[in-house]
Amino acid sequence: MFTFDLLANAIVAGVLLGGFYTAVSLGLTIAFGRLDVVNIAHPAFVILGSYTAYMVNAAFGVDPVLAGLAFTPAFFAIGVGIYRVYHASFERRGDESLRGLAFFFGLMFIVEVALILVYGVDYRLVDAPYIGATVSFGFVGVPMRMLVPFALALIMTIALQQYFVRTFMGRAIMAVSQDRLALQLMGADPTRVKQLAFGIALATASLAGAMLIVIGPVEPSMGRLYIGRVFAIVVLGGMGSVGGTLIAALLLGVIESLTATFYGPSWAPAVAFGFLLFALAVRPQGLFGR
Amino acid sequence: MAAKAFWPVAIALILAAIGLTQLLANEYYFFAAYVVLQFVVLATAWNILGGYTGYVNFGSAAFFAVGAYCSVALIKAFDAPLPVLILAAGAVSGLIGLATGYLTLRLKGVYFAIATLALAIVLETFITNWDFVGGASGTFVLRPKEVWLFDSYIKFLFAVMMVLAVAAVGIARSIERSKLGRGLAAIRDDEVAAECMGVPTLRLKLLATTISGTLMGVAGAPYPYYVTYLDPLSAFNLSYAVNAIAMPMIGGTMTWLGPVVGALLLGTAQQVATVTISSELNLLIVGVMLVGFVILAPEGIVGLVRKTIRRGRRR
Repeated sequence: MFTFDLLANAIVAGVLLGGFYTAVSLGLTIAFGRLDVVNIAHPAFVILGSYTAYMVNAAFGVDPVLAGLAFTPAFFAIGVGIYRVYHASFERRGDESLRGLAFFFGLMFIVEVALILVYGVDYRLVDAPYIGATVSFGFVGVPMRMLVPFALALIMTIALQQYFVRTFMGRAIMAVSQDRLALQLMGADPTRVKQLAFGIALATASLAGAMLIVIGPVEPSMGRLYIGRVFAIVVLGGMGSVGGTLIAALLLGVIESLTATFYGPSWAPAVAFGFLLFALAVRPQGLFGR
Repeated sequence: MAAKAFWPVAIALILAAIGLTQLLANEYYFFAAYVVLQFVVLATAWNILGGYTGYVNFGSAAFFAVGAYCSVALIKAFDAPLPVLILAAGAVSGLIGLATGYLTLRLKGVYFAIATLALAIVLETFITNWDFVGGASGTFVLRPKEVWLFDSYIKFLFAVMMVLAVAAVGIARSIERSKLGRGLAAIRDDEVAAECMGVPTLRLKLLATTISGTLMGVAGAPYPYYVTYLDPLSAFNLSYAVNAIAMPMIGGTMTWLGPVVGALLLGTAQQVATVTISSELNLLIVGVMLVGFVILAPEGIVGLVRKTIRRGRRR
């Protein structure tokens, strides 16, 4: 059944969802797009972020978003550690494509099973005053649990964009993705720059995870649903462009929301794959690629 | 193993397996051994693409489940016999492998890996929405009452899986020694160089994805009869994907022997551990072993053993 109300609501919901998808994808935009590290475990770390936010929220009643923010240094450290192992074991040996991928796949699996072992397979949710509330603009209702992550995702996007353009280290990260050797000739150590960047990429997972659990209940194997989505977004967004990621994520969010509204929510996961295949088959260089 | 001894040994293994089903009364051993052999097929299939060609398939569970659900559909529609199920499942999974490969293999290898991950989710979505094969709630499959020669159906399935496992390993072994195998190895070592030397890389890669997908579908075909109740969650279980990667990686990816060693070791260990410890914990152990092996022993067990033998000879 098609009505204009339904369409407007679906589009608004899709835009909000897309904002959140940006937050999930940004880490991979950095790792995959900029550093060429195919971190398929990224969504699993987002789920881990959800659980740390849940844990702090359940124990101390701290706002989940603040908890997510508080855990970014820990995730940064994990990221640095992972990159060191990855670099020493795979990147230096030139063995990224087979064993490096298997390594991240193993990591994804370990995170997921460990969460199942500790928390079980039940859905977990958090408490915050804004979670139940809704604001209405005319006939379009906007739930706060979607609006808060959307706003945060926008802030994150702008902050990262500014960091890459304005700061010294941010520019160094851009440089390492463009020409590793040239960076080395300038006297900088590409491995250290990549290590920092990968730490930042993983730190975003903490915040994205907090947003995910604000949006709705979370269970350990949910991360897998996001793999198709985030890679589709990163590829379509032009592999490493922060702005491109935002636009691709909004697009996917809207398409998914429309599918869920007019065909039924059980078909929504298939959309991401269609989106990904479209991206790979038609425009592997992304929507705004060179 | 000497080159000529392979097929006689293989046939002897099948005959021994059939002989065992006549001697041993306890069904449990065959029940457990079926799973191990199923992993031999899956690991071998994965290795044809992963180990020989260097392209990682994360969606083994999807190919396996497509095989299983293809069987369910054919049983429900025509009550088709097992050999037909196996052939049909192989054909459908092979086609899906070919299609995925065609769409992604022209790009960097990573995209193929990502596409297989997403493929698993999408196929699961389709099966979950397909009511004819049971949808989300799953479906019951009745085993045929009697089989010739065997006193129980599980023993029969075990023998069937033994034949499939031997066939899969045989196929992998002959690929390894053929022109195709050398072409695939060239792609793995340096794709651009291979292309420059006139290796038809895309065609060979597509051949590898098709063979690999076919074998995975074949492994899944008898599965509905084995479990008698099939639902999307168990058919698309991530443990298939993880094991299909972990077993060759741990055994060694360079030869046909690696996946067999890995599957026998890990498969048997998991069968024991599932009974004695929890099944989640033993999956965690598989994950940790996978990560440990790719970091510390990239050549796998077969590689480690070879290195020790070589060192021994030098002394």
